[in-house]
Amino acid sequence: MKAVTKLIVAAALVLLSGTALAQITITYWQFDFATRVEAINQLIAQFEAENPGIRVVHETFPHAAYAEQVAVAVPAGQGPDVAQLFYGWLPMWARAGLVKPLPEQFFDTATIDAEFVPMVQVAKIDGVYYGLPTSVRTLALFYNRDKLEAAGFSQPPSTWDELIEVAKALTVRVGPRFTQIGLGVAPAGQDHHLIREVLTRQFGTPPHSEDGRQVLFGNEAGLAAFEFYTSLITEHEIGVIEFVPGAGGYREGFRSLENIAMIIDGSFAVGDTAAVAQFTWGVAPIPTLDNGVRANFGSFWMNGLTPNAFRDPAILEASAKFLEFITRPEAMRIKLELVGELPARRELIDDPQLVVDPVFEPFVAALAYATATRFVDELAQRRVIIDAVNRVVMEGMDPAESWRLAAQEEQGILDQFHRQ
Amino acid sequence: MTTPGKNAKPVLTLARREALWAYLFLLLPLAFFLLVRFWPTLQAFQLSLFTWHVDPLQRQFVGLGHYQEMLGEPRLQRALLNTLLYTLIIVPAQLVLGLSIATLLQSVTAFKGLFRAIYFAPYVTPAVAVAWVWSWLYSVNFGVFNNLLFEWSLFWEARGIPWLSIAPQPFLTSPSQALLAVAVVVIWQGLGFQVVIFLAGLQGIPRMYYEAARIDGANPWHLFRHITVPLLNPVIVFSVVISTIASLQLFDQVVNIRFLDQGGPLNSTLTIVLYLYQEAFGRFRFGYATAVAVLLFILVLVVTIVQFKLISRRVDY
Amino acid sequence: MRLKLTTVVAYLLLLIGSLVMVFPFAWMVMSSFKEAREIFALGFWPSAWSFDNYREVLFRTAFPRWFLNSLIVATITTTSVLFFCSLVGYTLTWLRFPGRTLIFVLMLSTLMVPTEMLVIPWYVMSVNYGWVNTFWGLIFPGLIPAFGVFLMRQFFRTLPRDLFDAARVDGMSEFGLFWQIGLPLVRPALAALGIFAFIGNWNAYLWPLIIAKSNDMRTVPVGISLFSGEAGAAWHLIMTANALAILPALAVFVIFQKQIIEGVALTGVKG
Repeated sequence: MKAVTKLIVAAALVLLSGTALAQITITYWQFDFATRVEAINQLIAQFEAENPGIRVVHETFPHAAYAEQVAVAVPAGQGPDVAQLFYGWLPMWARAGLVKPLPEQFFDTATIDAEFVPMVQVAKIDGVYYGLPTSVRTLALFYNRDKLEAAGFSQPPSTWDELIEVAKALTVRVGPRFTQIGLGVAPAGQDHHLIREVLTRQFGTPPHSEDGRQVLFGNEAGLAAFEFYTSLITEHEIGVIEFVPGAGGYREGFRSLENIAMIIDGSFAVGDTAAVAQFTWGVAPIPTLDNGVRANFGSFWMNGLTPNAFRDPAILEASAKFLEFITRPEAMRIKLELVGELPARRELIDDPQLVVDPVFEPFVAALAYATATRFVDELAQRRVIIDAVNRVVMEGMDPAESWRLAAQEEQGILDQFHRQ
Repeated sequence: MTTPGKNAKPVLTLARREALWAYLFLLLPLAFFLLVRFWPTLQAFQLSLFTWHVDPLQRQFVGLGHYQEMLGEPRLQRALLNTLLYTLIIVPAQLVLGLSIATLLQSVTAFKGLFRAIYFAPYVTPAVAVAWVWSWLYSVNFGVFNNLLFEWSLFWEARGIPWLSIAPQPFLTSPSQALLAVAVVVIWQGLGFQVVIFLAGLQGIPRMYYEAARIDGANPWHLFRHITVPLLNPVIVFSVVISTIASLQLFDQVVNIRFLDQGGPLNSTLTIVLYLYQEAFGRFRFGYATAVAVLLFILVLVVTIVQFKLISRRVDY
Repeated sequence: MRLKLTTVVAYLLLLIGSLVMVFPFAWMVMSSFKEAREIFALGFWPSAWSFDNYREVLFRTAFPRWFLNSLIVATITTTSVLFFCSLVGYTLTWLRFPGRTLIFVLMLSTLMVPTEMLVIPWYVMSVNYGWVNTFWGLIFPGLIPAFGVFLMRQFFRTLPRDLFDAARVDGMSEFGLFWQIGLPLVRPALAALGIFAFIGNWNAYLWPLIIAKSNDMRTVPVGISLFSGEAGAAWHLIMTANALAILPALAVFVIFQKQIIEGVALTGVKG
């Protein structure tokens, strides 16, 4: 009797382990953004079809909680094997041990350098890649064509002066209450990038030094850029911070509430806007000063491997395969279609078909000169700019003083990171 | 039924049996306290002396380094200031309002239970949800409060009395108003608890004291000051201590009322616990965050002891 | 019945206060029936009483799961609290043994330590033992609160010693003394403690936020908090989600009103 039981148990174990070997489950985490989630789900379906022994579990978290959740899960040996992260978080995450360098056997640095757009190089630390993006983004001006035309403007503004003029015509208020604003200012949205990377360059200074260790935007040109931005709110009154409350309120106000005439947003907003907007809208390049200097902020969400992926060679291989799959040209096309995010591979950028689509033209054109800020702690540096604007708008501080403080704070963040 | 073992084992006296049972009963609870309360407390002190890394081998001993860092950290200083401000606003407000409403309730006869229920109801609801609702009410352009103020102002301006109008307020978007706005939410939600305990306290005061004093010619204010308040002393102490500890540990409301800008604007609503949480789970600095937690512990301890010494009084009849 | 001016004023003030207490929830409920654009308009009443928002939140989010999680965690914790706090309270009062005072003082001393200081060690412990994102992880910190022990001890002390001595002489077991004699006599305290434990546990935020990391392990407060954060400017959904979190609490309150309020009053008097 006992021998038979032993046999049965042994057989069961063999069977179970056999099936366990055949089925590998990896987990992919990303931050919750409806169209991106859909795109990944499609990609996962394709990947699982191509790789029957691998199952991918897909989990998402809201933006505000995403980084925290990764910080809680990964040390516990739980959570994702492949994790999405904003490229600006990489230095902090790498230092905290939440992502590891991509293994050379699966990912060759030189190949990546050659095949991906230049801004992706920011995903390297000490010459080694820590992850890859499926897509990259740039900024542009979204405008409500119906409203502009109703106010007598047949073309979107191409200079900042024109933008102020258009925005003023489209700002509606009764005493202290705004019912419509011309420009959906949102320092917590993309505007902090606008200030730090775009306006500074347009006004004549790069924001940081080449090696990313020195803050340069505290100079005269940088201050001029900052003063220009705050004047939009305080002097020209064409924008109100937190006009529509909530995350991405400025976007909501533009495309569904229709009480914001123009916003500056990334290409990732194209998909949703196309789906939701019940008016004619368009996209134009970010306005310039009269000197015509063009600048743009490029960024990307990258996918990296957490220590969890390395605990088992089979899992590592599966994770690497998945990472490679979602950064293939085909995957990038899907992202472009569903989300409106630009492909990260050079071969696709040069694709004439892409440039023809009028909606994406300003975004793609910007890729030629878009720069990605070398963040060390994106969340903290984001806060620096937001606070700088808030000090002027909410507390009435002199812009020069506020900007001086901002430069100091940012330098402190850079120093603290590089000191360790 | 004879007591088992009483004659068979002379060592097992009645007292020893009782003690053994006691230890048996206390076994699991003591284990719990050790594992979940004492050990983590010690661990907190220990963690605060090291930097944190996912890999235990890479953690470094910094001694009092984190505590030194705390001294010069402006955000923490602001968090401390805010936490104290919250406490100084919320505790007296809840005490005064709670006692006042309880007194009013005591003086009426009809609908007492209904009123009491209405005042208490918010207390049982999650602070998270309350914060989100108030966040919407406080919204600058679309929130009810500003809408009402706007209509109110229009009303008076139309009647030619513009000085009665009140401009729409920035509430949570103003560094000078935000903390107060959050305090109002906390007071609003906690009020019911205060009302109930004071009501119970008031009902426990024998009427004959009042009657005797009234015969002696005391007016209502005298009655209040010399009978009610002293006899309510235990409840007042309880109210103050509970309010204070809750205010020092403020977190839920602050996080959710400005979810996208927690502790803002410009750190004006930041509390110690929120700062702690951000350092631990936003910047992965567990060692430093634990040091902040130890600071909180000391703060709570000191404040509570001081309160007991100052407010607790033996009431002599 | 003569209407004194002071009484009228009192009623008036109480009424105004009541409106202040009711208004935010009333607004929330009204908003939950409005659709996306309507909520940004200025009216109080919804134009159409549509349950779309409720459908959206109930069926398109994990709210039912959050509710279940909260229910499981709160029920298990409360049961543990009631059993162990009363057992310990009883033992510390009516059983004589060496070290009794020391143990009581030690347990009481933990009241001074705020949970915020313990969350990080608890988290580290959970990481090491694999409790992250599990029910046990959600439950373990609140199983035996020192406050509960203190409260039950206060109540057990009011019982007469002879009761237990007599029963002991009659041969009742020590556990029987506790379970059959002691417990029934402290029922009001048990009710109060149970209510506090359940409500406190249900509404807990900081620890569940830290320990539950996937959507289907969240409790109601954490779930609606993160949902509201990611809902962006969809305030009609945010108000609905929060209504779903608040209304059950209010419903329970209405049903158990008497016990809840008496329980609170009790702690105020004894505390």
